[in-house]
Amino acid sequence: MLAIDGSFLDFKQLDLLALRQTPVHRLDSRAKVLTTLCFTICVVSFDRYQISAMLPFLIYPAVLMAIGDLPFGYIMRKIVIVIPFALMIGLFNPIFDRQVLMQIGSLDIWGGWISCISILVRAILTASAAIILVAITGFPAICEALEKLKMPQTFAVQLLFLYRYIFVLTDEGVRTARARQLRTFGKRGLGIRHFGSLVGHLLLRTWERAERIHMAMLARGFAGEVHSTRRQSHFGRAELLFMSGWISLFILLRLYNAPQLLGGLFTGTLP
Amino acid sequence: MSHHIVHVKNLQHTYPDETVALRDVSFLIHHGESVGIIGANGAGKSTLLLHLNGYLSATSGEIIIGDDQLSKETLPEIRRTVGMVFQDPEDQLFMPTVYDDVAFGPLNLGLDPDEVETRVMEALQRVEAVELRNKPPYHLSGGEKKRVAIATVLSMLPEILVLDEPTNGLDPQARRQLIALLQAFHHTRIVTSHDLDMVLELCERTIVLHEGKVMADGPTLDIFNNEELLKTCRLEKPFAMQACPVCSPDKRPLVSQPPLVPPHSNKPHDHEH
Ligand SMILES: Nc1ncnc2c1ncn2[C@@H]1O[C@H](COP(=O)(O)OP(=O)(O)O)[C@@H](O)[C@H]1O
Ligand SMILES: [Mg+2]
Repeated sequence: MLAIDGSFLDFKQLDLLALRQTPVHRLDSRAKVLTTLCFTICVVSFDRYQISAMLPFLIYPAVLMAIGDLPFGYIMRKIVIVIPFALMIGLFNPIFDRQVLMQIGSLDIWGGWISCISILVRAILTASAAIILVAITGFPAICEALEKLKMPQTFAVQLLFLYRYIFVLTDEGVRTARARQLRTFGKRGLGIRHFGSLVGHLLLRTWERAERIHMAMLARGFAGEVHSTRRQSHFGRAELLFMSGWISLFILLRLYNAPQLLGGLFTGTLP
Repeated sequence: MSHHIVHVKNLQHTYPDETVALRDVSFLIHHGESVGIIGANGAGKSTLLLHLNGYLSATSGEIIIGDDQLSKETLPEIRRTVGMVFQDPEDQLFMPTVYDDVAFGPLNLGLDPDEVETRVMEALQRVEAVELRNKPPYHLSGGEKKRVAIATVLSMLPEILVLDEPTNGLDPQARRQLIALLQAFHHTRIVTSHDLDMVLELCERTIVLHEGKVMADGPTLDIFNNEELLKTCRLEKPFAMQACPVCSPDKRPLVSQPPLVPPHSNKPHDHEH
């Protein structure tokens, strides 16, 4: 129970981080969205057996976390959440792919193990970029950026409501769970039947609340379109520098395997 | 709209599940009046308020706001004129920051950005919440949420303010601050509550609802002195008008004139005498 409360508050924290004022927070959100997108494409497009060439990409989240003054432990805990999901996908690989790619001593390393690790590295890299993007930009600003980048407005509004809805849902969830906790006197639960009615109850309450929110929106002249306050933020020199700098680095790192080159430099066996 | 009157005529409302929530409700509220609508839980207060800005439509009867009868055509203008503050501020605050939330209404009115900015800042100043403007609403305290919810309505420059149980769930100090705030407004005010002490301070006139019917309509003091009426409507005399059990154990009614509650004090009276 405390865990639900805790992780929920944790989630709000991500929103609070976006309110900080650091050089990366101040950048126009479009620059950050596009750079993150480019980062993701570069990482995801690597060969399935690639690991070493992806590692230098860690520099992007590391640098942003430092400049953005983000709490390392907190961001780490958010990233760790994706690991089980990545493993769920990746662990099938060693079962199907038993081609021997290398040997360490007398140990055969199957391709499946390598691609599994590769998936894990990919997941960690992209998740960290995404979480850091939210932490230095804020979800609403991301929606706004997507809209300015010509994503249909209704879609942007939907995304924003989805985000708000998550808060509504978790809020109701916490309350329902608390009420249930108090009545089960700390026992583990009431069984699956009651769980079903609990979920039904939760959906009903969320629906009612969503309806009341809609009512409040109508009361203030809502007609299907969320207008933004259009804060002064424009795409200037800083944004251009940020984007071009990072994107050229990503392309370089994508084309050349930096760790291998570096290793070659020391052992004198340049390819 | 020269006279911002609220005229409710023979209003009847039956919910789809056949609950009759309002039975033949009629009253006329004049410009600048401050009216309390009191009644126990389920008396129909919220249902009544939801009619005033057209969210619920009457089963029968009519509503006139200013010069306009409530109808599909007049709805947008009436929603601007009638600023509705809902019971649970969580329902009213849905934008990412306080600023965006207060700007939501003016932006829907199609005002230009400078005008929006001015209105937002004025509204926030009115409720003493300027420093909260960049915070996400769900991080605020109960009292702050309530004040911001009021600002979201003030920014539309309504002529009539409607508040559903505004002091519900507030701690004494937040309640006190809110009452002082509302006292300073010159709008026509309609406030529902079962916090009769608040009604006593805020409203010169009171309408009593009971099971969907208007039981009484008159000066607040007269109504609060009518113990029989309050009892049948499942209400209790405000503490400020009750005999104080500590200093007058003989239960002699202490106050029959307007209660002398200084605007800054929290309690009906202190025990210094
Ligand atoms: N959506 C609804 N559907 C059916 N009945 C409702 C609905 N909302 C309220 N009611 C009923 O209408 C009556 C008046 O409710 P309400 O206006 O909320 O009272 P109050 O605000 O005075 O506590 C109650 O009996 C309540 O159960
Ligand atoms: Mg109510």
